[in-house]
Amino acid sequence: MGNALSAQQVSVAFDGLKALSNVTLSVPRGEVTGLIGPNGAGKTTFVNVLTGFQQPDHGRVLLDGEDVGHLKPHLMRRRGIARTFQSGRLFAELSVLDNFEVTGVGLGLSRREAAEKAEAMLDWIGISSLAERTAGGLPYTDERRVAIGRALMLEPKYLLLDEPAAGMSAEEAADLVRLIRRIATDVGCGVLLIEHNIGLVLSICSHIHVLDSGEVIEDGPPSAIKASERVRHAYMGTQADAEGEIL
Amino acid sequence: MTALLQVFFDALSLGSLYALGALGIALIFGVMRLVNFAHGDYIAFCVFAMLWPSIDAAAIVFLGNLPAWVLIPVILVLGAGISVLSEILVFRRFRNANPATMMIASFALGFVIKYFLLMLYSSRPKSIDLWSAVSLPLEIFGARIPLLQVITIAVTLVILLGLVLFLKHTRYGLEMRAAAENFTMARMLGIRANTVIMMAFALSGMLAAAVGLILATQSGTADIQMGANLMLVAFVATVVGGLGSLPGAVFAGFLIGGLSSLMQAYLPPDARPFRDAFVYGAVIFMLIWRPNGLFTQKSAKQRV
Repeated sequence: MGNALSAQQVSVAFDGLKALSNVTLSVPRGEVTGLIGPNGAGKTTFVNVLTGFQQPDHGRVLLDGEDVGHLKPHLMRRRGIARTFQSGRLFAELSVLDNFEVTGVGLGLSRREAAEKAEAMLDWIGISSLAERTAGGLPYTDERRVAIGRALMLEPKYLLLDEPAAGMSAEEAADLVRLIRRIATDVGCGVLLIEHNIGLVLSICSHIHVLDSGEVIEDGPPSAIKASERVRHAYMGTQADAEGEIL
Repeated sequence: MTALLQVFFDALSLGSLYALGALGIALIFGVMRLVNFAHGDYIAFCVFAMLWPSIDAAAIVFLGNLPAWVLIPVILVLGAGISVLSEILVFRRFRNANPATMMIASFALGFVIKYFLLMLYSSRPKSIDLWSAVSLPLEIFGARIPLLQVITIAVTLVILLGLVLFLKHTRYGLEMRAAAENFTMARMLGIRANTVIMMAFALSGMLAAAVGLILATQSGTADIQMGANLMLVAFVATVVGGLGSLPGAVFAGFLIGGLSSLMQAYLPPDARPFRDAFVYGAVIFMLIWRPNGLFTQKSAKQRV
């Protein structure tokens, strides 16, 4: 499969307990792909597999057709896969600018080149005003935007966003949607969006996969996901039938 | 007033030594989560390097005869050298080991260095006359302060300023600060692990050498055990400051040094022999109040 980050029949078990079972999913370049599912469905484990934090027990991870499932996270990063974490995981004692700069330095840039690139990225994201703030003191929503910016400093071909809208207001989430769209269209990144805010996922993704108990129970365009009975059940159980539409 | 000034300089000078020691430990802990108990033995190694190997009671000064402008860089390079060598020969093998294993390895390495020195120099403390002119008193606002105390404080401030500039404005400094906070994440972002770790060991070794030079000048003795006490206080200071926090280590070093000097000066004479019990009692209270240290890092609790 060319120009996509994909998982084929990926399975992971922890102490015999299945976390992922035969998951197949593809993230094409320039598009936003959604991954949703109830708590404990295996979403973060799946992101860990795609980024080298977790080796799959079975199955393959293909990056533009090349099998990369055995690579460590820093090697995945070098191949063009970046991610954010549910908890920002910024360098809390460094300024926002330093967080960006150190990422540029890690790419092999000189300090000056890294600083220029960092300032350009802060400007592109629209957070130049935060440059000198200490990352550890940022409000939750700013921390998310900084984490996305830092991941973009790595010039990724694929960006995996783990619950970037958690805790955001509707207005902040709308800003985030605009940013993610620009990442896919302007930068040409393939974005995998893992998110609990289903409205946000439906509004932005071209294709959505639904995980439940480690298995993909549904995948398709937003309209198909919206209409799916299985998805309704996975989220709300039998109560969904009684209460009607949840999505 | 003059007595107060004397206590002030005592506190700053003792605090300076503790701060430099604590910083040396905190730098390594930051990038490797290793409490390097061999640090005290690096200090002794640097002091004995100034003497010609001999088990005679009288010291034969060797490098110590060099003029200060040559001796100081040579000893700093030796300190960096033994520290980097420890990393390459010993600690690199334990990168993925648990912290307790690494700590035991550092204890073992400390014993190896100690017994190596003992073999070459015997266990007898040797007198070493290094820059005796700096022991002369200096009159500041009526108080007679030993010049060495003023130099110790000044040297510490210069080292701290240099380190701040290095950490803040150089590429390696930025990499070290990021790695000290979250090494796994830094590595994931492309920071070169070996370079950063070796740089931290080199800096830590230089700090041990600086402490060694100051201790040897202060005491006029080279003693195989000379780094051990300081290592213990420095370790306590890094814990009180918040393990992994460089400003925390420096602050707590000055705090413990200040507390010791104040108690030495103001405790009733009968209680003074028990000064350390009061100091460590205060440390226990501090740790009950802030179990993770005074400067806790967010990332110390949460790692990739």
